[in-house]
Amino acid sequence: MSYLVLQELTRRYGPEQGLFELSFALERGRTLSLLGPSGSGKTTTLRLLGGFERPDRGHILVAGEDVAPLGPAARRFGMVFQHYALFPHLDVGRNVGFGLESLGLGGAELERRVREALSLVDLAGFERRRIAELSGGQQQRVALARAVAPEPRVLLLDEPLSNLDPGLRERTRRELRALIQRIGITTVIVTHEQDDAFDLGDVVAVLRQGRLQQIGTPETLYRTPANPFVAGFLGRGSWIDGTVVRAPAGGWEVVVESARWPLADLPGRQPGPARLLFRPGALRLADPHPGGLAGVVVDRRFAGADCYYQVGTGGGGMLEVLGRAGAALAGQAVTLVPAAEPVDQDGVMHVFPDEPA
Amino acid sequence: MSRHRVLALLLSGLLVWLIVYPLLLVARESLLGPAGPTLDHFRSLLTEPREWGALWGSLWISLASVGLSAALGIPLAFLFERADFPGRRLLGALVALPVVLPPLVGVIAFLFLYGETGFAARLVQAVLGRDTPPWRLEGAWAILLVHAYSMYVYFYLFTRAGLARLDHAMLEAAASLGAGRWRTLTRVTLPLLGPSLRGAALLTFMTALASFSAPYIFGGGFRVMPTQIVLTRLNGDYGLAMAQTVVLSVLALAGLGLAREGGHVRAAGGGKGVAAPRRRIASVGLRRLATVGGWCFALLLLLPHLTLLLLSFVPAGSWTVEALPPAYTIANYRALLVEPERWRPFLNSVWMASLTTVVALGTALLAGTLVVRTRTRAARLLEPLLALPWLVPGTVFAIALATAFSVRAPWIGRFILVGTIWILPLAYLIRNLPLASRAVFAGLRGLDPALGEAAASLGAGRFRSFWRITMPLLRPALAAGATLAFVTALGDLVTSIILYTYDTRPLSLEILASLRQDDVGVAAAYGVFLMILSGLVFALGSERAMVTG
Repeated sequence: MSYLVLQELTRRYGPEQGLFELSFALERGRTLSLLGPSGSGKTTTLRLLGGFERPDRGHILVAGEDVAPLGPAARRFGMVFQHYALFPHLDVGRNVGFGLESLGLGGAELERRVREALSLVDLAGFERRRIAELSGGQQQRVALARAVAPEPRVLLLDEPLSNLDPGLRERTRRELRALIQRIGITTVIVTHEQDDAFDLGDVVAVLRQGRLQQIGTPETLYRTPANPFVAGFLGRGSWIDGTVVRAPAGGWEVVVESARWPLADLPGRQPGPARLLFRPGALRLADPHPGGLAGVVVDRRFAGADCYYQVGTGGGGMLEVLGRAGAALAGQAVTLVPAAEPVDQDGVMHVFPDEPA
Repeated sequence: MSRHRVLALLLSGLLVWLIVYPLLLVARESLLGPAGPTLDHFRSLLTEPREWGALWGSLWISLASVGLSAALGIPLAFLFERADFPGRRLLGALVALPVVLPPLVGVIAFLFLYGETGFAARLVQAVLGRDTPPWRLEGAWAILLVHAYSMYVYFYLFTRAGLARLDHAMLEAAASLGAGRWRTLTRVTLPLLGPSLRGAALLTFMTALASFSAPYIFGGGFRVMPTQIVLTRLNGDYGLAMAQTVVLSVLALAGLGLAREGGHVRAAGGGKGVAAPRRRIASVGLRRLATVGGWCFALLLLLPHLTLLLLSFVPAGSWTVEALPPAYTIANYRALLVEPERWRPFLNSVWMASLTTVVALGTALLAGTLVVRTRTRAARLLEPLLALPWLVPGTVFAIALATAFSVRAPWIGRFILVGTIWILPLAYLIRNLPLASRAVFAGLRGLDPALGEAAASLGAGRFRSFWRITMPLLRPALAAGATLAFVTALGDLVTSIILYTYDTRPLSLEILASLRQDDVGVAAAYGVFLMILSGLVFALGSERAMVTG
């Protein structure tokens, strides 16, 4: 049975703002990443979970108990705020002990638990430090220690890495991941960064305009995105129009301008106009020859051993293709061919039937 | 939610009753004659030259005070914020001193120093060997002098704060675009200081317009509205006094409106930048000049208060024609401490100031919490209501309270408080509300709402969250608000002179009474007490603010 269950959770701010009928279930000890652009409702979800906002409708079940009517103080959820919200007038130890005092702890027991929580985040001995003396990374760990010290039922993290600079970010992400696994606590993380969501979440939920687009493991989301938004939001890629047709020899093909490439024989495939998303590795550059997709290199962006080539197609499309650094020069005519066949294997290319407008 | 709404409604109702209602009653009575509604009072206000003169006098004195204070305060702020020279820190703090002291103390100190029998006059008289005092400190220029002396501090403090907020990168940007120092000053620095300067100008204008002590003591034949109102009322012409009161409040609100009209430029630099570094004055000569000039200026500022201190040790009647007092004694202080009748005003002022400060802070906290936490219409009304007593001169409020609470008519919310010991604390409280609430509101707005949420998510109830998180973080704001409110009430003259009773007579009135009886030494001793107590409270208040800030 799932530990944390959301049922049709709804909080309206306007016709298109807020959160609409969000439902999901999370196993005990697992981590869920809420991923979406700003205004997608992910922060609203977190605030509803924390009890800082009341839902218009819906339920939040923890081990079968509906906590939606409870205020934040009664909920026993731990929260790490985006800017940490450490109490500046209390030292590290009192910050971490604040939630333990709420549980009625005091004296040696309180001190022991504070010590434990701090050593969990590698800040043993920091009890009497002032908050202002800590670096950004240390503040984040104190915030984490403070949230987990009372042993909350669910841990909530609001953009946990957004305040850190890129170098520190990578390392902190690894540490955070290890820490969450070590504590084994059911966790919900809000982020707008795909890397953070994929690295930290066992399960990722993609939100857009207050509605759940898809929920699943990172791999599922990347390989089989439920709709064009999820496909486009996760990872790089470029869109182009095409048509899905039956191949003369059976199976399916896609026609893009002058090119005709085989598709995998997936169930439910329909012929007709479609929007196609090509990941940069789906196609490769070849010398001009008849049969492929003809185009001209408009621009190239150097990225180490490889380059990203912007290729303008004869039909007016623009595709980003990954190739070796010396493969072509700007202005050069090329032909694009599939890196492997079928062209959509391993989720490097996605086909979405054109929806009638 | 609904409990908040009820509280907000109750509180705004109370404030409307105590603040707005009395003002409306004044407006009503200004239009009432013995035989029903009339415009007679306003007509005589606009036709009699004496009345006209007071109105015109108030207006130009206030504007001239703004000009003089700006001319003094702005250059001084640039000097202390931008240049570095020995003694800068100490002098920079000293220069802000006049704002700490009650206006009345400054005024009598001025009187003792520059008045016709004051130190400076006697000195000049002795040097020149004349029989008569060389000048009389009286009339418009005397008022202006005192105003400039006490009000340049607004420009000084606001300009310094504005300069400190100014992003140095903007000045560097101007320089890199080829602007010289003059062009940078006029095209970048001063425009960015606009909001600060406008704020200082408004504050100076309102303070000068409401100023009572200086015109009362130095005015002589020169009339301004606040003194004219008190005089008219003393002469028993209540209708005319009401009309004058209405006109004075309209003038104050018009000043406010004009200042607001000036548009809202966003605060200089957005606060994220780094202030320009202080330039150490390179030339040795100039540095010496700045140092000497700074010290002389500070001495000039302190001189009136030093005079007050000196005079408090002079026995009554012993100082007649000499340049310096011939004898010194502590009899004046002993009189203050030993005679219960003299001790009494001191106690009165302290208990009334303390009580009203505490109540004002409590009200401000309650109102602030309601405004920040809820978004009901009643809560939105609270902030302007609390600010209103600051926008209207003290004389106006005193008259309004005297009007509203001199009639027993409980069914329309009027009770007799005039003549009881409660009218003066009520007046102090109302005057303290804007000071306390401005500080408390700013403090509450500066609190990160996430801190309260963090406390809640860690299991703290509303009560514990308030005492453990909100209150400690609010302490600097509370200290600042309490200091301002307490010191203002302690030295108040403008409302006291209209509303006091014998039992509650405050320090300020006792000082005036001693002066009238030529008890200069006792008056000076009271002034010193007032000065020391105000200074002490200020030091304590800023210490608190520092420790927790």
